[in-house]
Amino acid sequence: MFGAAIAYGLSRAGVDTLMLDGHDNNLRAARGNFGLVWVQSKGKGLQRYADWSRESARLWSGFAAELTDITGVSIAHRNDGGMMLLLGDEEVEKRKIEIAEMSKQSGATGYDCEIITHADIQAYFPDIKLGKAVTGASFCPHDGDVNPLKLLRAMHSGFVNSGGRYKSRCTVNNIDHANGVFTANTQQGQFSAPKIILAAGHGISHLAESVGIDAPIRPQRGQVLITERIQQALPIPLNGVRQTDEGGFQFGSSEEDIGFDDGTSLDVVQNIASRAVQSFPQLSTVRLVRNWGCVRVLTPDKCAIYEESISHPGAYVATSHSGVTLAAINARLVSKWIATGEQPTDFNHFSASRFHVQAT
Amino acid sequence: MFRRHDKSSQANGDNVTIYFEDAPIICKPTDSVAAAVLLSDPGYTRRTPVTKAPRAPYCMMGTCFECLMDINGVENQQACMVPVRDGMKVRRQNGVPVLPEDSKEPEND
Ligand SMILES: Cc1cc2nc3c(=O)[nH]c(=O)nc-3n(C[C@H](O)[C@H](O)[C@H](O)COP(=O)(O)OP(=O)(O)OC[C@H]3O[C@@H](n4cnc5c(N)ncnc54)[C@H](O)[C@@H]3O)c2cc1C
Ligand code: FES
Repeated sequence: MFGAAIAYGLSRAGVDTLMLDGHDNNLRAARGNFGLVWVQSKGKGLQRYADWSRESARLWSGFAAELTDITGVSIAHRNDGGMMLLLGDEEVEKRKIEIAEMSKQSGATGYDCEIITHADIQAYFPDIKLGKAVTGASFCPHDGDVNPLKLLRAMHSGFVNSGGRYKSRCTVNNIDHANGVFTANTQQGQFSAPKIILAAGHGISHLAESVGIDAPIRPQRGQVLITERIQQALPIPLNGVRQTDEGGFQFGSSEEDIGFDDGTSLDVVQNIASRAVQSFPQLSTVRLVRNWGCVRVLTPDKCAIYEESISHPGAYVATSHSGVTLAAINARLVSKWIATGEQPTDFNHFSASRFHVQAT
Repeated sequence: MFRRHDKSSQANGDNVTIYFEDAPIICKPTDSVAAAVLLSDPGYTRRTPVTKAPRAPYCMMGTCFECLMDINGVENQQACMVPVRDGMKVRRQNGVPVLPEDSKEPEND
């Protein structure tokens, strides 16, 4: 997801770009995610990342329109706000504390997220009844969603349309660096360039290490459920329930620390389904048609890593959770940074060196 | 367009009758609804949710969801996965169904 967005931006800017991609059996968060363009839960502890997510959400509408324009793929982007539903008073109290903390952290920028009542929530959804269990929600006007598979496809075809070259089944085994040129050694041969961007998700850590960047990534599984297609009833997304442009409801997603296993499990599916039905009881008779597990790419603080190597200038690392949310800003500002060296404000906040700072 | 590929699978004495858009189709009890409907040359069997394009069964093995039909009043069924039963009433799936009324939510919780 990071690679496709950055490569798209580079080739749009006229930079000769080759994208080397792994195999279909790789863990690929780009193909199993929830499709939210989400701001309200981002950046606890790293305000620059909260701002960055919001900035990306702001760039998203123009980005989506451009993608559709040049590829003909409509990606169903919406940006009319989003909610996190809260079930029971305890969840409301907990969320209020988080909102207070984030408001304090964000200072003058403001956090732009508020708790709304059952009646307020119901007013957003005239076509479906809200469950009694829902005691409130946190609403953020910057949130939205997109069809993530169409997004990926559009970025790929936009990349190729603009002159980019794409190679699949081309896992990079290691990287050599000599005389200012990087050489990626792959099973399909060697490819050389003056700059190399590592955006390999779960495959990133050992490649990053070879250019002198420590990119600690850990896996976390999320399971997602899809129902049969139904008449549209959710005009805005919720963080555990959204309705796709084709009408399927998508429920998710768990947070399981069980390594690189992308399977599914009945107990987790039951919990997710039960929460969805408590939120919207009418969904109890809607059929589930699909369920999968997908492994998140998490940094220690769940915020992005963007960094150019000091020991190997011209080598960059870019990865994070929230690659859908950040697709717009990756395509715009990150590709510009790589192409021209022009750094977005306070960009050093995203350096992986933040994980090594000793607490006083 | 479609026909049974050999004599031994010809419908015989154990025939059942199903109805597709009210027209009877005589088929074998081991047929799936999708197979039986295809034998009757239905043209299309569903319209898609977004563009309303006409579609018909494709994979016949439960993967593609092209065979969605309304079977005995229950919409969105994968007709290739449902065996025929005598008297079944089958209709084209036209776009998406409306949300079920429900709600079975308990009064106090
Ligand atoms: C369940 C779940 C739900 C999510 N929901 C959302 C959401 O709602 N909103 C949101 O913004 N984000 C969401 N995400 C996160 C988002 O999907 C990821 O942040 C994003 O996909 C990560 O991008 P990436 O490019 O780092 O990794 P990936 O998307 O996994 O891509 C990595 C690519 O690198 C390739 N690769 C790996 N190793 C090599 C190698 N050695 N050589 C060449 N290629 C290699 C792989 O084949 C793959 O194509 C979700 C993730 C999960 C798992
Ligand atoms: S024909 Fe493909 S699922 Fe039935």
